[in-house]
Amino acid sequence: MADNADKPDDESVNETEATEAKPEAPATETPTAKADEAKPAVEVKKADEKKATEKKADEKPSASRPKMAPGSIGSPIHNTFVIAKREFISYFASPLGYIVIGMFLLLVGFLMFYPFAFLVIGRASLQPLFNSIAWLMPLIAPAIAMRTFAEESRTGTLEMLITQPVRDWEVIVGKFLGAMGLLAICLVATLSYPLAVSRMGQLDAGPVWGGYLGLLLAGGAYVSFGVMVSSYTKDQITAFFGAFIISALLFLLNKALIFFGQAAPVLEYICPDYHYTLLSRGVIDLRNILYFVSVIFVTLLATARSLDSRRWS
Amino acid sequence: MALKDVMIEARDLTKVYGLQRAVDRLSFEIREGEVVGFLGPNGAGKTTTMKILTCFISPSEGAATVAGFDVFEDPLEVRSVLGYLPQRAALYTEMGVVEYLQFIADLRAIPKDKQRAKIGEVVEVCGLKDELSKTIGQLSYGYRQRVGLAQALIHDPKILILDEPTADLDPNESAEVIEYIKRIGKTRTVMLSTHKLAEVKAACGRVLIINKGKIVADGAPDELASRSGRVRYVVGVDDREGLRTNGTARPAPGRDEVLDAVRAVVPGATAKLVEGGDKAHMVEVSHQGGADHRRDFFRMAVDRGWNLVELHREAVQLDEVFRQLTVGDEPRRSAAKASAKGKE
Repeated sequence: MADNADKPDDESVNETEATEAKPEAPATETPTAKADEAKPAVEVKKADEKKATEKKADEKPSASRPKMAPGSIGSPIHNTFVIAKREFISYFASPLGYIVIGMFLLLVGFLMFYPFAFLVIGRASLQPLFNSIAWLMPLIAPAIAMRTFAEESRTGTLEMLITQPVRDWEVIVGKFLGAMGLLAICLVATLSYPLAVSRMGQLDAGPVWGGYLGLLLAGGAYVSFGVMVSSYTKDQITAFFGAFIISALLFLLNKALIFFGQAAPVLEYICPDYHYTLLSRGVIDLRNILYFVSVIFVTLLATARSLDSRRWS
Repeated sequence: MALKDVMIEARDLTKVYGLQRAVDRLSFEIREGEVVGFLGPNGAGKTTTMKILTCFISPSEGAATVAGFDVFEDPLEVRSVLGYLPQRAALYTEMGVVEYLQFIADLRAIPKDKQRAKIGEVVEVCGLKDELSKTIGQLSYGYRQRVGLAQALIHDPKILILDEPTADLDPNESAEVIEYIKRIGKTRTVMLSTHKLAEVKAACGRVLIINKGKIVADGAPDELASRSGRVRYVVGVDDREGLRTNGTARPAPGRDEVLDAVRAVVPGATAKLVEGGDKAHMVEVSHQGGADHRRDFFRMAVDRGWNLVELHREAVQLDEVFRQLTVGDEPRRSAAKASAKGKE
């Protein structure tokens, strides 16, 4: 009995933490043909993984059914994509998608013209735009991510989804990417500002690209908080406020450094806005990108833990 | 794995929620091609067991295999071979019927070029043809249930696990679904939970009765029904006139007269007068044993010059066995022993 109780835990660790131990592990007891076949296919799996990391850059897939080419039907990437697509489309089946985009554009417009004085500074700079969006991210990202798991566990559709032949991380990454799709739409909708400004004067392309990349990554971090909190509750509102509080606290860290004395450099490094600011200057430093990727990765791991813990409650 | 054709095997499955043991050392085997009714009162552990078998939750103790795949080791394979209809199938209400089935087909790794045909097939079979233009939210519960069933069948699974497939359906729809399960059960292994006994009798070759997380009976519906061994007769004698011979009627009997006569026919039986006879004294007789006493009752009436207006005999129904097994503790234990013996 004790054996059995331990095994699934190991199993879930393999799955959730996406380690590569999977092909060796399952062949122990059940003499299934599939487990045996899995060994020669390790090379294929490696290739699979490389592609996957390129594509998503935030999760290392374990790819325990490695017989098919990456992206082909039934493969982890395919499953993730199918789930992401459904998640993305469903935003527009309800008012939520439109409300989020509308609110976002409205607030961006307000913030950049009023507090950030877009027209007053008299230069062809997009700093006010990026500042506005950066301030809005901790609000908008939780609103996008709040329903991902909460809604599904409230209505019960999560059971139907999880009992399909999909891995937990495929569901998590799929939902994350679906939410990121909506965030990307929001960002794309603001492209009219750089386009307009580039007509008025010489626009430095570096900070624009850096800014958008930084926003996408910072947004990704906040969305991942939203996904994680959403997986712990059945209530979207709880999910929203939970994620908003986490996001806003982290966002504000580098604005309150004088209160922290010795710990200031550490806290500054933890703050997503600090890394975003560096990126938005137009210097694309790999360390900043790595920061966001790791934050997203760790948060989604925590989400996987939360999903797995449902099995044991 | 004991035998090759064992499709679902549970060994000492236990699931503890807090202090409550929802499933308590449950063991059973389901063989290829069986249609098994999983029967029990609400809260007996049916749904929990099914959720374990479909790898949605993990058991606290014990092991289970589906088509030879362990629910711990190979959850993906288990889910691939299974078709599962959860209780009150929750579907994405904003999606269209076809859109939803396509989504499931994608997750089930059905190649794109075969999806149209597959979806057409399940739509036909589940009677969804006229509802294709609607979103799932616009469907009635009965139709949503059918979409759930279609979803479970789309990959042509060898094993189907259906959790109360007829719960929200009207009687016509239930009958259709049961008819359909009978049909697919010819080539597949089906495990369905329900608390409607008529459905079990209609569709299932075998019944597992579960109560408080334990199996209390296991066998064919008829066999279970006859296990209690009790037979019931209803005897009705005309209370206005007796047998007519040569134009004159013999006198009708009194109530006690009838009761005594009946008691004399089957010694040791419990007999009691029941109300509601239509111009007749009705006696209900219940007794243990296989002998058929209908002829004796007829002779009794003729010998005494009474008009026998009603007579029927029935084995105690499955409902009653179910009640005996799931209410109170004494009969439960003995039945559990009986089922354990039956297994060996």
